[in-house]
Amino acid sequence: MSQASEQHAQVISMAEQRAARSARGVADATPATDSRPRCGASTLDGRPCRNYAVDGGRCRVHALGSGSAGARGQSAPSQPMAPRPSTPAAAPFGGLGIAGGTGRNRVDRRRPSRASAPEPGHDEAFARAQQELQRRGYAGAIDGLAALRDVADDRWIDALRGMIAFLRRRVTGDYTVDEFGFDEDLTTHVLMPILRPMHQRYWRVGADGAEHIPTDGGGLIVANHAGTLPADALITRLDVFDQTGRHARELGADLVFRTPFIGEFARKTGATLASGDDADRLLASGELVAVWPEGYKGLGKHWRDRYKLQRFGRGGFVATALRAQVPIVPTAIVGSEEIYPMLFDMRIVSKVLGLPYFPMFAQMFALPVLGPFALLPLPSKWLIEYGEPIDTASMGPEVAEDAMALFDLTDQVRDRIQGMLHRNLMGRRSVFL
Amino acid sequence: MAEGRRVLITGISGQLAGMVARALEQRDDVHEIIGIDVREPHHELQRTEFVRADIRNPIVARVLEAAAIDTVLHMSTATTPSEAGGRARMKERNVIGAMQLLAACQRAPTMRRFVLKSTTAVYGSDHADPALFREEHSAQQPAKHGFAKDVTEVEAYVRALGRRRKDIDVTLLRFANLLGARLDSAFHTLFTLPVVPTVLGFDPRLQFCHEDDAVAVMVRAATGDQPGVYNVAGDGVLYLSQCVRLAGRIAAPIPLPFVSGVANLVRRSRRGDISPEQLRFLQFGRVVDTRQLTEDFGYTPAFTTRSAFEDFVRRRRIEGLVDRQSVDRFEQELYGFLQRKGQERFLDDQRGTGR
Repeated sequence: MSQASEQHAQVISMAEQRAARSARGVADATPATDSRPRCGASTLDGRPCRNYAVDGGRCRVHALGSGSAGARGQSAPSQPMAPRPSTPAAAPFGGLGIAGGTGRNRVDRRRPSRASAPEPGHDEAFARAQQELQRRGYAGAIDGLAALRDVADDRWIDALRGMIAFLRRRVTGDYTVDEFGFDEDLTTHVLMPILRPMHQRYWRVGADGAEHIPTDGGGLIVANHAGTLPADALITRLDVFDQTGRHARELGADLVFRTPFIGEFARKTGATLASGDDADRLLASGELVAVWPEGYKGLGKHWRDRYKLQRFGRGGFVATALRAQVPIVPTAIVGSEEIYPMLFDMRIVSKVLGLPYFPMFAQMFALPVLGPFALLPLPSKWLIEYGEPIDTASMGPEVAEDAMALFDLTDQVRDRIQGMLHRNLMGRRSVFL
Repeated sequence: MAEGRRVLITGISGQLAGMVARALEQRDDVHEIIGIDVREPHHELQRTEFVRADIRNPIVARVLEAAAIDTVLHMSTATTPSEAGGRARMKERNVIGAMQLLAACQRAPTMRRFVLKSTTAVYGSDHADPALFREEHSAQQPAKHGFAKDVTEVEAYVRALGRRRKDIDVTLLRFANLLGARLDSAFHTLFTLPVVPTVLGFDPRLQFCHEDDAVAVMVRAATGDQPGVYNVAGDGVLYLSQCVRLAGRIAAPIPLPFVSGVANLVRRSRRGDISPEQLRFLQFGRVVDTRQLTEDFGYTPAFTTRSAFEDFVRRRRIEGLVDRQSVDRFEQELYGFLQRKGQERFLDDQRGTGR
């Protein structure tokens, strides 16, 4: 039995063995061949290179770097299949490889046996190794996990477990959605993690005044809308979620809910129809609601109109907030205008397709050069500012019936947002930084 | 009133009507139950007397008078044309039948209560729907054909009866999709097909009402004292996709242009009848507000939408292609695999079997 396991160990660790052999070879040989000249260059971490010099006082690796590597192809002692000039670089990684190395070594192992050396016993050893691999099954994956654990603590494992649990919930349908169709599980575990890199790295969203978002009870976030695609809505939602842990529920236009996939996605991520009924119901149940009252007029406005607030719908959102007696948080988003600068609106196409606008944006001119990459939004720097909340509780719900007061309040919200936009536009260094 | 109510149930051969009749038989405050239908009921009824007649038949008026009926439960609205033998006959039976029944009720001096089993289909199904329909809402687009149109019209006639005879209490019960072990519904059809057809890119929000709740609500409407219009549905909402997953079945998303073609195929193969408004329902779904049911009517459904569906799946023996237990077991194994201990055990296992 011990013999078996010894043999077993031998076969398994072929990679390590080879690494050890080459290391031992160097170590053993060191006293004997010390007279041979060493490479004069220093390695990346500042220590002198320990390879033998082959050309002009440099080793093969460093000679390559200095540009005289033309016809040199002799084999180094540790690399039996030298013909590829890139293999020496693989040697240091082979030493490091805990699990990642196995794949590479397997490939390396196969190459010489087929191409060059019909060594006796080699094929046999290879076959045994293959057999062993088959028998051990997932051992490689386990080694990888163990290594991952050592490197990254239990966080990775926990994240992985979370992911598995999420998948199980999705497969078995074990999650709840609310009456509006909001699937919190999906939103928190899929939408938000997808958006987070966009938020943090791509648009580097800065947030200001997050303390103005109500942490409990109802609230109405009113923001400007821009950028051809409603990316600002998604990013603001993520920002609110990361700042307060609350999901802001969007109110969307009916076109959204008519469109396949998009309507489904919007409902599942918590949006609902921008109608008084739904908004009242959401606010009454103490939800945070986000609304973009400019709608398509804001989204699909020309580049020359950037940061000019459009008409705020019919001001229905103000009446809703008044009826529910919740604070209105005016919010200014700077940066979303520049993601798809809309140069002109192809009216004919939009009429045919039944869309509110069909944009020709700046990047489209780069389509022949960049291909699909031209359709990516531009990486502008964003700033979201949540303004001082407007208290509606002091006005009383009966104001919701007063049309004049509604107009005044709508204008007040609009002016606040426009003011914040101007201030933040003045304050920013450049569009992209 | 001492001797109890005298109840007439139309459409007694229907499964739900049969259950309601049996439930009424148990009650002491119900003196007499008369069931009326064109087909003989298959369920065992004890006290209930059966009259074989169409509701368009003048015999109904005579029964109302002779038996001194004071409560009518109208439950004979056919949902699909195939059930009634063609759309024209369905319309005839549903609308004209209801009109004649109502006319008879208006003449009957003993009449005190009229209960209509209606449906939430009267709200239609549209992308611009409010998230939850309240009783005072109406459809975004009035139903143009089919069951929903019939029921909408019948509801209007019933209200008219309530206006003409102030002494008759009118109760309209709008049931969400009924699920249960004995009821046949479009959902049963949907989940007995090899794969569950869905509309690609749409995921309707659904609400279900368990048959036990439906019976309890009908009985309460017949014997209690809370006239009005009520939505009846279990709490909570399920997406169709979630239902498919809960049942462990597999969805087959069909692109919108081919949906009606597939529905026709299903109809031809006689596996079930899916009407055009149900196809629209598969796109947008419908959710109703049941606050009035719990607050004014005073009934809280025992089953939530989800438990109703799970009960339906269990009792109808809808077999899942994806077994829930095996998914759980697989997850547990993966968990174990992720633990260092698990890894060691796993390695030992592998070595042990390999040797």
